[in-house]
Amino acid sequence: MDDQLMTERRVDAHEIKITARGVQVYYGEKHALKDVDVDILANTVTAFIGPSGCGKSTFLRCLNRMNDTVAIARVEGDIRIDGEDIYDSRVDPVQLRAKVGMVFQKPNPFPKSIYDNVAYGPKIHGLARTKADLDRIVEESLRKAALWNEVKDRLKESGTGLSGGQQQRLCIARAVATGPEILLMDEPCSALDPIATAQVEELIDELREKFSVVIVTHSMQQAARVSQRTAFFHLGNLVEYGNTSKIFTNPDDPRTESYITGRIG
Amino acid sequence: MTVTFLILLLLVFAAAGFFLGRGRALAAAQGDARRLHSLPNYYGWYGAIMAFLPALAVLTIWVVAQPIFIERQISGIFPVEQFAVEADRILLMADIRRVALGIDSAVAAGALSAADAIALNVESDDVRARLSEVGVALGSAVTAEVLQAAQRYRELAGTGALFRSIFTILVAVLALAYAIKITHSAMRARNRVEMVVLGVLMLASTVAILTTIGIVLSMLSETYRFSTMYPFGDFLFGLTWSPTFQGNSQLGLLPLLWGTIYITLVAMLVAVPTGLFTAIYLAEYASPRVRSVVKPLIEVIAGIPTVVFGLFALVTVGPFLREWIAEPTGLGTSGSSVMTAGIVIGILNVPFISSLADDIMNAVPQSLRDGSYGLGATKSETVRQVILPAALPGIVGAILLAASRAIGETMIVTMGAGASAKLDLNPFEAMTTITVKIVSQLTGDLEFNSAETLVAFALGMTLFMITLGLNVFALWVVRRYREQYE
Repeated sequence: MDDQLMTERRVDAHEIKITARGVQVYYGEKHALKDVDVDILANTVTAFIGPSGCGKSTFLRCLNRMNDTVAIARVEGDIRIDGEDIYDSRVDPVQLRAKVGMVFQKPNPFPKSIYDNVAYGPKIHGLARTKADLDRIVEESLRKAALWNEVKDRLKESGTGLSGGQQQRLCIARAVATGPEILLMDEPCSALDPIATAQVEELIDELREKFSVVIVTHSMQQAARVSQRTAFFHLGNLVEYGNTSKIFTNPDDPRTESYITGRIG
Repeated sequence: MTVTFLILLLLVFAAAGFFLGRGRALAAAQGDARRLHSLPNYYGWYGAIMAFLPALAVLTIWVVAQPIFIERQISGIFPVEQFAVEADRILLMADIRRVALGIDSAVAAGALSAADAIALNVESDDVRARLSEVGVALGSAVTAEVLQAAQRYRELAGTGALFRSIFTILVAVLALAYAIKITHSAMRARNRVEMVVLGVLMLASTVAILTTIGIVLSMLSETYRFSTMYPFGDFLFGLTWSPTFQGNSQLGLLPLLWGTIYITLVAMLVAVPTGLFTAIYLAEYASPRVRSVVKPLIEVIAGIPTVVFGLFALVTVGPFLREWIAEPTGLGTSGSSVMTAGIVIGILNVPFISSLADDIMNAVPQSLRDGSYGLGATKSETVRQVILPAALPGIVGAILLAASRAIGETMIVTMGAGASAKLDLNPFEAMTTITVKIVSQLTGDLEFNSAETLVAFALGMTLFMITLGLNVFALWVVRRYREQYE
């Protein structure tokens, strides 16, 4: 626990990366997210927990404007990354998503080679000037995703032929390759077995060095293991947000306590 | 008893078998369906199937075998030397059958009594005239041998029909009795019925395969006959197509093959981009409301008969192309041209490609789109680099299906491209295709014994080989480039 407190104290010193104020999301008639205020810190793993349908994934998808691809979704409020309003009409959601990478619930490698999967983002954003440049980005990304040693001899093979855990790390490498500052992860381990989960969790902790990581998870143990800050969502409201150790040992809100002790969920 | 009546009778047996089997099973379980191995209706179906299927099989075999048996019997009446050629014997047998059936229908119509019919003889009666009174026309006068054979035929057919009925009914009753006898509460009626269902399914799948084999064999034999009358090398590599019905025809395949390929090429140049872009718009860009209106409207095109498209080619597209493009540029003066037919066939094929490709692109999982958007790709980048490669095998399949249709299209070519077989590069010239020539070689009152008519089979075989090749290629592409996604 002391270790945890140590890292948290260091975390508190970090600057604020994302500021959300009064965020409302509607899916058609449904009011999915109500008046959410959050500050997310740089170089920190922030976990969103809560029962299904509580709005945690919805909020995550606001942070890279993925809700734009859903025709009936409407987002209100103010979300700033490094002080810049990402819903401003001058912001191109396509550019934004290169800066805010995303990893999805189910591993979704493209039906292309491992190399092309990782090179996809750098290619469309023109990040590599030469073939050697691209090779370097692919290798670095795969290394960051702790996958390089397993796949370096078969980069030309299809990404869909990897195991589930490898596929998810490939998706992480793919997201890392565009050089994002923030990495959003939507239940990244829910389709993985315990060993693959452990590998991905370890990776998440390493990624904190370079990125702000926001992770949505159903597993409270996972939130406790990997995150420094935790936000608890319930019925579209942000109930409580604070240091992970505080949320899990001494929550302020009775709803948080009920959820953590398994009485609601 | 006629065959139709027998089948109706078997259906009645089957209905009875259903209730008997069901009743027997329920009785064996003292009316408590829960004690049965299967649901009561399965015992019923088992009874019905046993009453119907074995008897139907017997009947089918009998109906096929009886004429063969009778013909063999009757052939004995005539000396073997009489038949120099097999065809003569077939003709004679047909005559005998007609006389026999004629007498039968005369009896049925009341023009002859049953006794008179047996007493008919060539000397005292004009059999031909009497039969024509009841509407049976005979080609030639009836000889004594033919009449005798016909009487024998009637006799055998009558006996045959009687035994056929007795035997069929006997089999039905015995099989049903067996089914009832073995029905008890533990019998696995469900599994037995499932086996019959499996058999029916397998039979259905064999029909298509057997038909294909039959078509290929008949085409092969006719093509072989053609090759004995006309040098096959000249057919395959001949540059001139000018059939005459006095002989000396030049039956070169190449002008027709070229016309077919050229028209198909133009058609695909129209159909593939239009269809593919339509599909991309519908699958990726259109709102659900637009999609629900546009997709059915495009599919309406697929329902228009091709002959109507032919009219469109003839009166609208052809003259338009001639007046606005061919004549001003000096490329031609004909409304019938490769362009006319190609464009119209292309339009005809748009819905096939768009509809199939749209379905295939919709089957690409949303998670792949999310993954691409999540990396900051735009919609068109996602379509080009993720959706299309993932959907490629299906799209290639759709395109090759459309190509097969274009190759096989006849009506639009007849009306839009004309009928002159030419080797020409100018797309505003009239040309023609293999299919059109197959039709024109077989139209009219013809005998299938000259190279000019038999060439139709060789052409058909060529067409079959081309489409077969396309399909094999399509399968290869699909296997080779199939992208696995969940």
